[in-house]
Amino acid sequence: MSEKNRRQGGPRPHGPHGGMMPGEKAKDFKGTFAKLLRYMGRYKLALIAVMIFAAGSTVFTIIGPKVLAKATTELFNGMMAKFAGTGGIDFGRIGQILILLLALYGVSALLSFVQGLVMTEVSQKLCYRFRREISEKINRMPMAYFESRTVGEILSRITNDVDTLGQSLGQSITTLITSVASIVGILIMMLSISPLMTLIALVILPVSGGLIGVVIKHSQKFFVDQQNYLGKINGQIEEVYSGQNIIKAFNREDAVLEEFGETNRVLYQSAWKSQFISGMMQPIMMFVGNLGYVAVAVSGSMLAIKGVIEVGEIQAFIQYVKNFTQPITQVAQVSNMFQSTAAAAERVFEFLEEPEEDVTAEKTDSPKSADSGETVSGTADACSSEKKQGAVSFEHVKFGYQPDKVIIHDFSCEVKPGQTVAIVGPTGAGKTTMVKLLMRFYDVNSGAIRVDGQDVRNFNRSELRENFGMVLQDTWLFHGTIMDNIRYGRLEATDEEVIAAAKAAHVHRFIQTLPGGYQMELGEDASNVSQGQKQLLTIARAILADNPILILDEATSSVDTRTEIRIQKAMNNLMKGRTSFVIAHRLSTIRDADVILVMKDGDIVEQGSHDRLMEQGGFYAELYNAQFEGQSA
Amino acid sequence: MSRFSGCAGRFRRVWGIPVQMVVVMMLRMVVYAPIIGIGGVVKVMGTRTGMGWIIVVAVALIMALVAVLMAVAMPKFKKMQTLVDRLNLVSREILTGVSVIRAFSREKFEEERFDRANRDLMQTQLFTNRVMNVMMPVMMLIMNGISVMIVWFGAKGIDMGNLMVGDMLAFITYTMQIVMSFLMLTMISVMLPRAGVAAGRIQEVIGTNAGVTDKEAVQDERLGQARGVVAFEDVSFRYPGADEDALEHLDFTAGPGETTAIIGSTGCGKSTLLNLIPRFYDVTAGRITIDGVDIRDLSQHKLRSLLGYVPQKAVLFSGDISSNLKFGGPDISDSRMKEAAEIAQATEFIESKPEGFDSEIAQGGTNVSGGQKQRLSIARAIAKAPRIFLFDDSFSALDYKTDVTLRKALREKTGDATVIIVAQRISTILHADQIIVLDEGRIAGKGTHSQLLRECEAYREIARSQLSETELEGGAAV
Repeated sequence: MSEKNRRQGGPRPHGPHGGMMPGEKAKDFKGTFAKLLRYMGRYKLALIAVMIFAAGSTVFTIIGPKVLAKATTELFNGMMAKFAGTGGIDFGRIGQILILLLALYGVSALLSFVQGLVMTEVSQKLCYRFRREISEKINRMPMAYFESRTVGEILSRITNDVDTLGQSLGQSITTLITSVASIVGILIMMLSISPLMTLIALVILPVSGGLIGVVIKHSQKFFVDQQNYLGKINGQIEEVYSGQNIIKAFNREDAVLEEFGETNRVLYQSAWKSQFISGMMQPIMMFVGNLGYVAVAVSGSMLAIKGVIEVGEIQAFIQYVKNFTQPITQVAQVSNMFQSTAAAAERVFEFLEEPEEDVTAEKTDSPKSADSGETVSGTADACSSEKKQGAVSFEHVKFGYQPDKVIIHDFSCEVKPGQTVAIVGPTGAGKTTMVKLLMRFYDVNSGAIRVDGQDVRNFNRSELRENFGMVLQDTWLFHGTIMDNIRYGRLEATDEEVIAAAKAAHVHRFIQTLPGGYQMELGEDASNVSQGQKQLLTIARAILADNPILILDEATSSVDTRTEIRIQKAMNNLMKGRTSFVIAHRLSTIRDADVILVMKDGDIVEQGSHDRLMEQGGFYAELYNAQFEGQSA
Repeated sequence: MSRFSGCAGRFRRVWGIPVQMVVVMMLRMVVYAPIIGIGGVVKVMGTRTGMGWIIVVAVALIMALVAVLMAVAMPKFKKMQTLVDRLNLVSREILTGVSVIRAFSREKFEEERFDRANRDLMQTQLFTNRVMNVMMPVMMLIMNGISVMIVWFGAKGIDMGNLMVGDMLAFITYTMQIVMSFLMLTMISVMLPRAGVAAGRIQEVIGTNAGVTDKEAVQDERLGQARGVVAFEDVSFRYPGADEDALEHLDFTAGPGETTAIIGSTGCGKSTLLNLIPRFYDVTAGRITIDGVDIRDLSQHKLRSLLGYVPQKAVLFSGDISSNLKFGGPDISDSRMKEAAEIAQATEFIESKPEGFDSEIAQGGTNVSGGQKQRLSIARAIAKAPRIFLFDDSFSALDYKTDVTLRKALREKTGDATVIIVAQRISTILHADQIIVLDEGRIAGKGTHSQLLRECEAYREIARSQLSETELEGGAAV
């Protein structure tokens, strides 16, 4: 795994905040954006439409004041004429101008509306597609990926990052287009009225720009602090919340409160400072803006007196000046927004570009196992069609999670169909490694694992896995009815078959006592059903699936003993006629196994039946006796 | 606090953000907007243009617009939250079930399930965004239309000599200000309920009584040199709001130097019983005493200083290994910490780390394995050198061998401390001095392993499920 992938997602700010806040920076801004643009390629037409509509809408708005100015001038001239007694206000003319103006505004509103619609469409579709691709990606990634990170981390890519991306992308593109169009348009309009006044107005810009710069420079630091401490305080709360009882039992309430108070105090300091300074921004801008206003009004009147410009044009110009500063600050904000867009996009792309496991046997690199004596890269179809007997053989298996750290050195074993194989060993001995190899979550370094004589690498992964039924310690049930959860084992099973499986798993009676019976919805984490009953449901699922090979991973270790009796009964039903691999803590449950594999520090140190292993007096015997050793203590 | 589930607690924290945002906006706008608005109105009255009605029309239009949009979008906004939750739920299920999904080759099925949630969310979001998208253009149109109207009617006024051109221009500016301030107020009134809900939740957390409080006159001095005799005297307990007692009429004594084990099926109240001793909850009836003193007469601080508690699910705190092991107090020496680690069978893996006791522990202890976490959690309690140990099924994450060595070392080193163990595995408690069998909140049997095997049916049932006949006899023989 590359160094890049191992980055941990610490507490991150919740979504995009105000434009002034420095968001996260992408490591490779340009590269990510290029990728993003390529990704949006299919929306090219829509995006071009957005650009045209946005620019059009802006242009129409910008022309507005100038047209209005004509009306004002007309009015003014009419007035003068009236005073002079030479005429009156030409209402027809004014009416015409105003109707034209209304039409302009109407078109502008329409364009901006259409633009918004298209952009919404694009950004939502984009989000949808990203999420979909992530969900499909999950199924193609090697298991190792999920073992090295938390669910929350991956989850945050599906939700937070994609949301941030969708929101900020749409916003920033629209804002960028309209702002640039506004700046250019307004500048042109101002110049067309009076170059001199434009110059005066533009002088104001650097002044306000400089002031804003000073404010941003000072507040930036506090915004960064605020973000950091917000993350820190969230982490602290989470920790204290989950460790509540421990904190109480160890009398640490005061220490924890003090620590929290300190973080909270720093957060408060940085938050009020950042808010205060950014709060000053608006008044400063207003003040500078008003100064410009006065300057424009004064110079405008002088020019009007000289007859260089018309009265209405002063009014128009003032409106332009007012509207000029806004797009400029917006452009500054957009650059920040692009940063957070890129950061989110980068994380999403990073995920989508993770290496995948090969899905079909054809794509498999030809295995390096020269010792297997035959070509392994056979056709996939030959292996997948008929139903398996369930014979499993391990031939000189050598394996390590990292190529340089071999943990299983040379393991061979024959398992006949219907036999039970138990895997035992202390915690951390690597008991699940064997299962992972069997199911091809990982591939062996050398040697081979065969199912019914066929190398597992010759199967399509999913076809291979169809031969396995699985019951794990962490029962996994999803939000849905009990019926659907059991049917998960075989999607085309009829209701009757599901009920038969439930009966075989000794859970039918229990299900009937539930409100709604088989149609009861299991809640989040299926919290309305006890652990033992959940386990029985997963067993029913495995029974229904009817696979030739079974894997039972600590299936009873998290339930109480009375429930365990029932589970054991259900499992006996399940194991009938199937090859089973049983991983267990409790040695008493696996004594009847045909083969016991004893693992220690990742490797298989002993194998044989219970009696034989006890005779040997090795590690297994030691483990077994340890259960009762306490007696003599 | 236990009233709030983890999820809800998270919500309360997250919802803290809108409160802050709204308070800031409120202070700025609520104060600012009316001033501008009222100022504008006053000035408009001063101009006597007779066009005040235009402003009324403008404000009414804007408010109507916001109201209509909100009415259309609000239900969908609410629905959106559930759809987001749903998408999160499905994603979480897919991620936690990766191995099962692959084992059953249900990738396609899951992709479709995800796609349904994804599509629903997209469609709802499209709808709300489209509705909200109406807002800005229409609003701009209204504002611009208003200025056009003012010019038209203003022109009439000017013609009649009621008005100056300058007055009209000023009027336009004032109108815009008034309309804007009303707009802000409308926005705030939309956001207010959201912040109101958030503030309500914060209040709910703050306003919850701690439940367990110290008495005014605590009698800590009566336990100067505690021996650690824990006695339950006719103890009953009922969770707040529950219909039935979780524990009924419990009577037993756990003496110093002895191991008292509590066993029973899931949900029989084992952990509840244990949680009463550190006063995470107070008994409903009867009393619990330590050396004859009712624990409610002690300060919580004093009481808990006597206890070494190891929960079922090990919880570690961010920091390093030594900061976790010294969690019990600043006075724990390095040598005591190391001894505790030794007893808890943690030394080996700690020392295999390059930084030993200074190795970093990530938040929630995610960078150590479950078994290691549990051993550290046990070492943490031992390092505190308490009079009374409370183990809440703490050994189940350990394999047999570690379990046995650990308990052996524990017994040797802890000497005369009182040990109370809640257990699932019978082998863990085979040699306890006293075993208490709980069944549906009541004591079903009390005695040693061999006594109980003879006398207690519930115990025999449990034993039979875990041990073979020979093992049963072997255990009984001692």
